[in-house]
Amino acid sequence: MIRIDVDNLSRFEGKGYGERVSNGIKALLQSMMRSSRDLLPIILVIAFFQIVVLQQPIPDFFDLVLGVFLVLLGLTCFLHGLDTGLFPIGESMAYAFARKGNVYWLLLFAFALGFGTTIAEPALIAVAKEASLITARAGLIPDDEAARGSYALGLRISVALSVGFAIVLGVFRILKGWPIHIMIMCGYAIVVVMTAIAPQKIIGIAYDSGGVTTSTITVPLVTALGIGLASSIRGRNPVIDGFGLIAFASLTPMMFVMAYGMINS
Amino acid sequence: MNTIWEIVATLSGTVLDVLPIALIIVFFQFFVFRKPPPNPQKMLTGFIYVLIGLSLFLVGLEKALFPVGRLMAAQLTDLEFIQGSAIGGAPGWRDYYWVYIFAFAIGASTTIAEPALMAVAIKANEVSAGAIGVWGLRIAVALGVALGIALGTWRIVVGIPVQYFIIPGYVLVVLQTWVAPKMIVPLAYDSGGVATSTVTVPLVAALGLGLAENVPGRDPLIDGFGLIAFACLFPIMTVMAYAQASTWVNRISRSKQK
Repeated sequence: MIRIDVDNLSRFEGKGYGERVSNGIKALLQSMMRSSRDLLPIILVIAFFQIVVLQQPIPDFFDLVLGVFLVLLGLTCFLHGLDTGLFPIGESMAYAFARKGNVYWLLLFAFALGFGTTIAEPALIAVAKEASLITARAGLIPDDEAARGSYALGLRISVALSVGFAIVLGVFRILKGWPIHIMIMCGYAIVVVMTAIAPQKIIGIAYDSGGVTTSTITVPLVTALGIGLASSIRGRNPVIDGFGLIAFASLTPMMFVMAYGMINS
Repeated sequence: MNTIWEIVATLSGTVLDVLPIALIIVFFQFFVFRKPPPNPQKMLTGFIYVLIGLSLFLVGLEKALFPVGRLMAAQLTDLEFIQGSAIGGAPGWRDYYWVYIFAFAIGASTTIAEPALMAVAIKANEVSAGAIGVWGLRIAVALGVALGIALGTWRIVVGIPVQYFIIPGYVLVVLQTWVAPKMIVPLAYDSGGVATSTVTVPLVAALGLGLAENVPGRDPLIDGFGLIAFACLFPIMTVMAYAQASTWVNRISRSKQK
């Protein structure tokens, strides 16, 4: 049986209720700082261009301000929720599996982790929806809500499967000690060959999906798995092996999405 | 009122998005570890925060980030705005220079302030024993992202297929991997992902699609995507180039001292 390290999970236990609430508010404020730091440079650059360069009226200005506020609030809650609910247990599970699990459970967990975190990735949800709108407008799929929804979901599932596959492959590589450079080069070679045969209309979406996956949820949990694994096997370097998982995870989505495009056309 | 309904409608969708990860944790917790999660109450509140946050974020995205990306693309490619700088005739790619400047500014500003990049830069300084400066690396990454997005917008304006840039880019990255100092390679690859934060990705995607919709003769489906791929690829090159350059400078100054 595997034991979970519960030390860092029960940090707040044994403290008074008031202290816990004030700790919670402090954490929430910290998440708000983080999300506003993400948003602020964008707002500044856009404001500069609007005021100095373009000098044109902005339609639906109120809606825009409301939207920015919702993004800020949403990102704050999202990050806070990840920090309190998901990351501690996900990370300690990843460590526990990496250190003492049997290989089959470890590989199954690796796949599930890659798949589950990618399906919930906000940037991917947004981009897949946009891709389905554009594809429908181009007349490749019927332009109704059901067809667009299933196209977007298909896209997300392809990316999620590919990330799951990538993490399994990466874990396997760490266990076997295969050289990472050769595997990444093989991956690039496959991408080049698939680009030659895939329909031109899917290539842009496929290339972009590689970057979309390495976003908010996936990276911390997958890195925890890689570092846990590398530090429990002698002769492995946590820096190199932890990074290998992410490198694979941004490579395989291109292949899987191109394959999705080939099947769909 | 409309917005509230939108949020409620999005909420039901987000439940399905977050469900797999909840099921995975519950499954492994009960069937493999065979005991309840150590702190179920806290986990549950965390998940509720994630649900609400994701829904608000997605609605806000539709209301703000996507429209703003599109609006900027439309206004910057507007003929009347361009005519101010170019006289008569159809605009050539040079006349869209404000687009490239905007793309560069968005890429540079979002990257230089990124907290994740700070951590990477400090670590790079440590493993290189001071040869790679913290600020130098941050500027290298920001420059890479900014150049990547700017070049990506130029590609959309001109209409060259995306793979003509990305595949040679990969070849270059592979060659650089060969010659660059070994300890920087993982950090260089990581820096590619740093640029693609949850806020930047939708905005940059909308900018690309808006450009492809507004520049005459471009197809959004073929030309509109690809900016994110550019933003991920270019910092890998600039970081390895920077590491290499700083090793050379170090070597030269050391041999001079002798």
